[in-house]
Amino acid sequence: MLKITDLHASINGTEILKGLSLEIKAGEIHAIMGPNGAGKSTLASVLAGKEDYEVTSGAITFEDQDLLEMSIEERAREGVFLAFQYPVEIPGVSNVNFLKTAINEIREHKGLPALSAKDFLRLVKEKSALVDLDASLASRAVNEGFSGGEKKRNEIFQMAMLEPKLAVLDETDSGLDIDALRIVASGVNTLKSKENATLVITHYQRLLDHIIPDFVHVLYDGKIVKTGGKELALELEEKGYDWIKSVE
Amino acid sequence: MAGYTENELAKDLADKEYQYGFISEIDSDVVPPGLNEQVIHLISAKKNEPAWLLDYRLKAFEVWKTMTEPEWAHVAYQKPDFQAISYYAAPKQTKKFESWDDVDPEMKETMAKLGISLEEQQRLTGVAVDFVMDSVSVGTSFKAKLAELGIIFCSFSEAVQEHPALVQQYLGTVVPITDNFYAALNSAVFSDGSFCYIPKGVRCPMELSTYFRINAGGTGQFERTLVIADESSYVSYLEGCTAPQRDENQLHAAVVELIALNNAEIKYSTVQNWYPGDKEGKGGVFNFVTKRGLCEAHAKISWTQVETGSAVTWKYPSCILKGDYSVGEFFSVAVTNNYQQADTGTKMIHLGKHTKSTIISKGISAGHSQNSYRGLVQIHKQADHARNFSQCDSLLMGSVSGAHTFPYIECKNASAQIEHEATTSKIGEDQLFYCQQRGISEEKAISLIVNGYCKEVLNQLPMEFAVEAQKLLSISLEGSVG
Repeated sequence: MLKITDLHASINGTEILKGLSLEIKAGEIHAIMGPNGAGKSTLASVLAGKEDYEVTSGAITFEDQDLLEMSIEERAREGVFLAFQYPVEIPGVSNVNFLKTAINEIREHKGLPALSAKDFLRLVKEKSALVDLDASLASRAVNEGFSGGEKKRNEIFQMAMLEPKLAVLDETDSGLDIDALRIVASGVNTLKSKENATLVITHYQRLLDHIIPDFVHVLYDGKIVKTGGKELALELEEKGYDWIKSVE
Repeated sequence: MAGYTENELAKDLADKEYQYGFISEIDSDVVPPGLNEQVIHLISAKKNEPAWLLDYRLKAFEVWKTMTEPEWAHVAYQKPDFQAISYYAAPKQTKKFESWDDVDPEMKETMAKLGISLEEQQRLTGVAVDFVMDSVSVGTSFKAKLAELGIIFCSFSEAVQEHPALVQQYLGTVVPITDNFYAALNSAVFSDGSFCYIPKGVRCPMELSTYFRINAGGTGQFERTLVIADESSYVSYLEGCTAPQRDENQLHAAVVELIALNNAEIKYSTVQNWYPGDKEGKGGVFNFVTKRGLCEAHAKISWTQVETGSAVTWKYPSCILKGDYSVGEFFSVAVTNNYQQADTGTKMIHLGKHTKSTIISKGISAGHSQNSYRGLVQIHKQADHARNFSQCDSLLMGSVSGAHTFPYIECKNASAQIEHEATTSKIGEDQLFYCQQRGISEEKAISLIVNGYCKEVLNQLPMEFAVEAQKLLSISLEGSVG
């Protein structure tokens, strides 16, 4: 589904990703862990197409298409979803209106007719239950006045609504208490299927107690320095990132 | 990659051409340029006015000659040469039409280009439209239906002929001729406008709507509007404006007076889309308007405006809350782009006890434009328990536009409650990125964000007008994006 080959990317002339390679197949859950400044969030931003980052060399293919040639919204419409570390507030725009616009833009891209109001509302009801999101949040302005936990749950709710092929969760666990973490994780697990894939970016191991990854990668200084199964996460938690630095 | 930064947004906005820039070729009967007593006599004679009205005009002209143009607004422009302006232009074909089929096709086309076909409006929405082209009304619809209820809705000239007593009783009572330079000028030379009277206890069953349009080149338009809501009546009045593209600046100095008697309510909504000038700041309409309403006891006046046009705007729809328990509201969205300048806001004058006012102002500045909110909240000594809430938000696009807020509060009664909130924000790249990451195009994203920002104001507009206003915002801010 996703193939990243020898990716180099920089921001304001400073190279952050220094030859990152990664392959994700449909049905898989991958976790990327690493210390602060390793380039985890940069990877998420580059995948989504954020302008501030310049890809200097390397390639990314997504479903056999050149992802780097696609605009931000094209990537989204093709099925790349980013759950933001810091979801943005959009005052005055209701969650429902926002999602309806997004869904219909995606459907138009796929040559599908716009969703009827009835079908849309049914979908909202079904998916908001998945992340235990209060129905009133759906009619409130996007993320405005939401608590940290509500914002993260709203991200997963949006993901459920948009049904992406590849979901990238950027530090979704940060700032969540244990209950919210469980809810978010169960949402992600419920949405898992043979057709889609998930890339979980996290600093701590605890999210991986709830979302069991097929592969764990350690990102350090812009490269993946170690790959293993879920037990690698536990090892990291125990030994700390200094262990990786010394391994290198 | 289809990049989109704020700088690009600013550039896109600068490239946007005025969409309603066309000129209708209809023969006009134009008075030679210049302003003197003779011209005023001529206007008054052409309109077959009674002597008292001619006197009113001449008195206003005397006052105007002693006044100078105000300079306190946060705008800079080449002052108009008042002797170079023609003060009257009427379409030559002035006979009233029996039906809309008789209307000049060219004129109909003009209406179609405005985006709202009159026939369609009549049929679909039941809006009665008094279409004003270059100062003379060419048609008034739904008159019969309104007449059944005793509602008078006609051109100002017609009101002068048919209902002179009402006009004489109320003209100039809210905006006196001495009020300001432009009001005095308007009082001297006003050409036409709209008149509306709602009898006691009548709730006007439809939105009353007038489409203004400046048409002949070089003619200033001096509209006069008078709306009287008698005791316990209700009316919602819509005013929409567009002007065709011209190189020279056109002056527009209207006066609107609203009178809400005891327990009456007037809702006055404006969408203003006049030619703002090109992207170098050449041309465009000068809009110096005096709008004011008077509330008697338990009466309510709501001003809602969406201002996207004009090169220079100077406009403060205000409320004089004279009666106890009267309510004044002002909801405004002002968009400026390129070299547009807007100095707009409101005055809430609390005279009565328990009077209440609300001010919600949303400014959006793009390009090199300057957008100012100027508001006065005045609580007089006898106005016990008066309350005001003001909220003034500014949204900036790009790095060379300006947003300014000038709130004035004068309070002479200790029991008053006054709240003022103000924010300034920039349309965030983060917000755009977030929307785009969900599959929403840049254009739609900007439209969503801007409409969300203006929501509190747009919600105040009658439904069909709100749709038009949203379209207008989209045209103004995202027309050529991408």
